[in-house]
Amino acid sequence: MSQDTLFDKVWDLHKVANLPGGSDQIFIGLHLIHEVTSPQAFGALKEKSLKVKYPQRTVATVDHIVPTDNQSRPFKDNLAEQMIDTLEKNCIEHKIKFFNIGSGNQGIVHVVAPELGLTQPGMTIACGDSHTSTHGAFGSIAFGIGTSQVRDVLASQTIAMSKLKVRQIWCENNLSNGIYAKDLVLNIINQLGVKAGVGYAYEFAGPAIRALSMEERMTICNMSIEGGARCGYINPDEKTYSYMKDKLCSPQNENWEKALKWWKSLESSDNCIYDDVFKLDASKVEPTITWGITPGQSIGVNQTIPSLNEIDPNDQFIAGEAYEYMGFKPGQSIKNTPIDVCFIGSCTNGRISDLRAAAKVLEHHKVAKNIKAFVVPGSEKVAIEAKEEGLDKIFIKAGFQWREPGCSMCLAMNSDKLIGNQVSASSSNRNFKGRQGSPNGRTLLMSPAMVAAASITGKVSDVRDFINK
Amino acid sequence: MSLKFKPPIGNFSQINGKCISLVGDDIDTDRIIPARFLKCIDFDSLGKSVFDDDRKTLKGNHPFDLETNKGASILIVNSNFGCGSSREHAPQALMRWGIKAIIGESFADIFYSNCIAIGIPCFTLPKESIKKIQKYLDFKNLFLEIDLFKSTAKSENFKFNLEIKETSKKMFLSGEWDATSKLLENTDLIENKLNNLPYINFNSSFE
Repeated sequence: MSQDTLFDKVWDLHKVANLPGGSDQIFIGLHLIHEVTSPQAFGALKEKSLKVKYPQRTVATVDHIVPTDNQSRPFKDNLAEQMIDTLEKNCIEHKIKFFNIGSGNQGIVHVVAPELGLTQPGMTIACGDSHTSTHGAFGSIAFGIGTSQVRDVLASQTIAMSKLKVRQIWCENNLSNGIYAKDLVLNIINQLGVKAGVGYAYEFAGPAIRALSMEERMTICNMSIEGGARCGYINPDEKTYSYMKDKLCSPQNENWEKALKWWKSLESSDNCIYDDVFKLDASKVEPTITWGITPGQSIGVNQTIPSLNEIDPNDQFIAGEAYEYMGFKPGQSIKNTPIDVCFIGSCTNGRISDLRAAAKVLEHHKVAKNIKAFVVPGSEKVAIEAKEEGLDKIFIKAGFQWREPGCSMCLAMNSDKLIGNQVSASSSNRNFKGRQGSPNGRTLLMSPAMVAAASITGKVSDVRDFINK
Repeated sequence: MSLKFKPPIGNFSQINGKCISLVGDDIDTDRIIPARFLKCIDFDSLGKSVFDDDRKTLKGNHPFDLETNKGASILIVNSNFGCGSSREHAPQALMRWGIKAIIGESFADIFYSNCIAIGIPCFTLPKESIKKIQKYLDFKNLFLEIDLFKSTAKSENFKFNLEIKETSKKMFLSGEWDATSKLLENTDLIENKLNNLPYINFNSSFE
């Protein structure tokens, strides 16, 4: 059993009680809510005549259902309008802070909370969304919960949960030029598999992780869940503190010094014990693309679709399903696969550095004929910053549509959807069957820079051909 | 006229029912309930939309459409069932279709907690046992009697020793799987915890 890791320290600090069934009652320091997984939780409170226990510890925004073209109210989609309206009413009734559209702070919940300084080291953070693991980039213990647990957090600020095991993922050496955090995390998931993380928290560590910016670290932790780990985290360091300094909700003045001292005490101790350690050489990572229907089915841009006998027997069934669904044959190159739609955005890769990386590739280029390309900033703040830097103009000039912030075609709950069996080059996190809104739509996950490269050629391309010239 | 669905409540130790087999690894919650059905403010109408994309693709040949599976309540699945999105809509949709228990090789973490929270016990069995059941179901109906206390599943021809997390088992046997009231019993401890967390005092507020 793990000992003295950051996970152990934060878990123990937040433990309220041992529950009779054997699980722990854990205090949730920050609860984030959005329109999709909260209405039924508020409904359940009403049914039980319960109140929100600590409304000041819950923060709301709207992201999943918002249209990214025309955000004027009421929304064209009645059901989407009903959902935002319900969230607005619930937040007013229960006195919960709500960052609505136009507030300057609306956006994808996992983009917004770090921007505001709400996400901090040493906190427990829960949200009815599996990508809550994103916040672990700051050394918080953050995980997705279902609606019944959202109800529990609203009612008690706690949940019942069994402690996770801890696996350290040590990333040796550094990523090469043209290789991004997305490529690294896709490689981690590919090597460990999509279920290896079940029952574990992942601690990402090593020189390659230390070298990443905070936004890149968020990309890594965000996709922990795609490797089965509900929670992923990185020990905080100077980069963490400098990102957080002077954010709206960060500690100020003498409190900053107090906080800093405490945060520095949270790091996994030198002699801590992990349940498991996995090592990976980051210098070997290539621009990586998924070819299948799970985020674990990925290859380097210059590799070919693996044949069944190259695949672990336990993964052969889903590989067979993937060949059929995606229309790929074993031995076929992934490079030059024709693309129909290019999507840049999501809680994985919708931050300012992602937009900068894509814009850098797109400058002086045009999107290929017949490609639909659009960019959806992760938040209103990201959109404002991008406009200040003139990134919006670069995207528009290249032929991208510039949209309003939201989750958009990552999960296609609004009108941004694939049609028929279109192939998308997507900077999002899931390539599941039907994920991007068409029951036979096909998703190739890659870094935002790789999406930009694909948009120029109209097919899967190596981004290094564009940036290393 | 359909009666309003009543979710399970209180303690139980026995689940008897007809099995339905769904073959495949890593079946994610987007497949169980596609995102377009999440545009709702309650769970009531989800049952009919379970596996909507997969069912449309298979044009009536999906297990959840087959006449022989009508009335089934024990779902037999393979590994990493329920991976991906945390949407509780997935087990809610399965439950509203009629599923009362799931037996599989393994389950994704969040899906598992969601099932437990709404009263669907998830049991595991080794790969070979699952294969055996699924093969049998290709040709015949199978009714299983699940004894939660003994962690066994029995039929005329089969007997399996099921695995279930001890915490989950205790919750169902005691009827304490509806967590909210249990958590609220510790109100003083919660208040105490809040007051003693380092960051509560040094954070700026957004008011």
